[in-house]
Amino acid sequence: MAQAETRKRGKAKEPAVNQPDLMEAYRTMLLIRRFEEKAGQLYGMGLIGGFCHLYIGQEAVVTGMQMAAGEGDEVITSYRDHGHMLAAGMEARGVMAELTGRSGGYSRGKGGSMHMFSKEKNFFGGHGIVGAQVSLGNGLAFSNWYRGNDRVSLTYFGDGASNQGQVFESFNLAAMLKLPVVFIIENNKYGMGTAVDRASASHDLSKNGAPWGIPGMKVDGMDVVAVREAAEIAIGACRAGKGPYLLEVETYRYRGHSMSDPARYRTREEVQAMRTQHDCIESARHKLEGLGVEEAAFRAIDDEVKGIVQDAADFAQTSPEPDVAELWTDILVEG
Amino acid sequence: MATQILMPALSPTMTEGKLARWLKNVGDDIKSGDIIAEIETDKATMEVEAADEGKLSAILVPEGTEGVAVNTPIAVLSVNGEAFTSAPVAAPVAAPAPVAAVAAAPVVVPVVAAPVADKDWGPTKPTTVREALRDAMALEMRRDGDVFLLGEEVAQYQGAYKISQGLLEEFGPRRVIDTPITEHGFTGMAVGAALNGLRPIVEFMTFNFAMQAMDQIINSAAKTLYMSGGQMGCPIVFRGPNGAASRVGAQHSQCYASWYAHVPGLKVVAPWSSADAKGLLRASIRDPNPVVFLENEILYGQTFDCPEDEDFILPIGKAKIERAGSHVTIVAFSIMVGVALEAAKQLAEQGIEAEVINLRTLRPLDTATVVESVKKTNRLVVVEEGWPFAGIGAEVAMQIIEHAFDWLDAPPMRVHGKDVPLPYAANLEKLALPQPSWVVDAVKKIV
Repeated sequence: MAQAETRKRGKAKEPAVNQPDLMEAYRTMLLIRRFEEKAGQLYGMGLIGGFCHLYIGQEAVVTGMQMAAGEGDEVITSYRDHGHMLAAGMEARGVMAELTGRSGGYSRGKGGSMHMFSKEKNFFGGHGIVGAQVSLGNGLAFSNWYRGNDRVSLTYFGDGASNQGQVFESFNLAAMLKLPVVFIIENNKYGMGTAVDRASASHDLSKNGAPWGIPGMKVDGMDVVAVREAAEIAIGACRAGKGPYLLEVETYRYRGHSMSDPARYRTREEVQAMRTQHDCIESARHKLEGLGVEEAAFRAIDDEVKGIVQDAADFAQTSPEPDVAELWTDILVEG
Repeated sequence: MATQILMPALSPTMTEGKLARWLKNVGDDIKSGDIIAEIETDKATMEVEAADEGKLSAILVPEGTEGVAVNTPIAVLSVNGEAFTSAPVAAPVAAPAPVAAVAAAPVVVPVVAAPVADKDWGPTKPTTVREALRDAMALEMRRDGDVFLLGEEVAQYQGAYKISQGLLEEFGPRRVIDTPITEHGFTGMAVGAALNGLRPIVEFMTFNFAMQAMDQIINSAAKTLYMSGGQMGCPIVFRGPNGAASRVGAQHSQCYASWYAHVPGLKVVAPWSSADAKGLLRASIRDPNPVVFLENEILYGQTFDCPEDEDFILPIGKAKIERAGSHVTIVAFSIMVGVALEAAKQLAEQGIEAEVINLRTLRPLDTATVVESVKKTNRLVVVEEGWPFAGIGAEVAMQIIEHAFDWLDAPPMRVHGKDVPLPYAANLEKLALPQPSWVVDAVKKIV
């Protein structure tokens, strides 16, 4: 096991990225944002019920990670999961229709916002209990270890979940067995309404795996290129059989914890400052402009993304509710 | 082109709210994400963000208005000629109406004419429950490379109760894995591996420790198939000793049968004999669903005749009539089957012939076999080691009331552990756990 290392990604060295890749990242991030804005709108109209946690502001995290992921790598995350599904290649239609509880949804309307899966895309949910997905993600890595393949489990969780006992139990098991798992802490500064420094005595979450010798890295999560570069290091180490890796990706959510969060624990100025000075989509756009991308190219992406999202919203409202017989299906695998 | 801004729902339960304050005026330019108004719900004051861009052309609901229903148009936004705008909503789209008629539950009890007797598996040999469990795991691990065992002390120590004796030697450390004492973490890991297609056997040193992992067993293992619309099954076995052992005190002596049997998405098996243990554990390992397999420490060392046939297996969901009788039906599971049989022997000496049913599986419950028996005996006594309230005995009695009420000549009786944390003192412990004499007394009250 390598010595625990913690590095801060500085602004001094701009990581290189080619223009088509960055353009693709821009498109994915924009798709997630427009999708989430639409989901917020449909929630407001009463078409989406229950809990709905939006990913707006954090788009660069999953986008950068998934750019470095390979075919067959597993993804698992918490209930703030819409962006992860889109980045994992799941259809906007199926995700939005699940949000509206319709038969065209990925779980045929039986899971909802927090519980969606795609076996085909190796997306293992969508989990509603804070921290539970971390030991499950360890299990995905275990299955890769057991089968001797070179797949890597990308296990996402928040700064809130990072204090859960089972997360540390998972660190221990992953390090003991040298499991190919990248633990990705999406530190968006608040676990619901509690600021991270009021919930965690660890002031550098990237070091949380250090007692088990798990290398950690702090990453600027508002910069999709930086995330991708860190992801390549972490995933590469896992694939090379070196065991788990921990990334603390510093990010920010612009919206409340869920739809019913009045967000009194932080100032509007704080949110505005992140939005105007650190927005991941804006900064990707500036980089692309610097690379000579013309306005027309951005407009084409904007139009394409809006089309996808509008189509998803239409589908999510026209897809029928699940047949009443669905109440009794999928409880047990028959036979 | 104009878009109506609707009164939003800001929580899962909000139906109306007060439009407390407008933060934008008619004529203002609005960008997506701008705060345009404040709304008071019964819980909090919330800010409303614009989802579209444009100019605020009209305010339809003045600030200070109370009781504004969700989806009421509250303002109009003029949208400047963009090709794609967010849904221009002419009229509020009503949320889907609640389903009027709830689909009826599938018929739970297929009342068959007579329970199928055990297939004749040929010659038997005396086998302890411990050996039967070990043999079942070894046979299934030879048969399927995806099956593996993990838990505390299962490998080098050969099992805290020596159930996994010899397995490390035969299958190696990749398939017989010692874990740290972290039930939550290793259970979650095993469930994740099962979601990805492997077939873990999780040994809990005792089911008392599985409480640490309850969230992973219930929320992750039992519910994921349903929540994924049938995409992601979880073929896993959780096994280990359940219930009281001997003088280990309250924290190590609980019966969890009714806890797990309560949960849709789980199967729950509780073997008594060596044949039960071997045949049902093999079936549980092959089952594509999460199975909770409740063993009993005191039974581990007991010897029963067990079929030698290499293919011996028993079906989950089928009870076994251990002793035929015509005067009363005694239903039991796990170690209480022995207690019931001893009671039946004593009753026979007094001229009362009891039919003893070994449930073997608690979920799905073989109600049909119990119903058929009660139709013959017209009397029911259910025996369990665990607590009475909302227990297995209560459930079996209720099933019979629902399905065989007219055949009952007396109220169903329950024999159960006393409703107290299990005491340590030898005399008190004995007072708390069902004895054959309790069953005899219960039977004699209704026969």
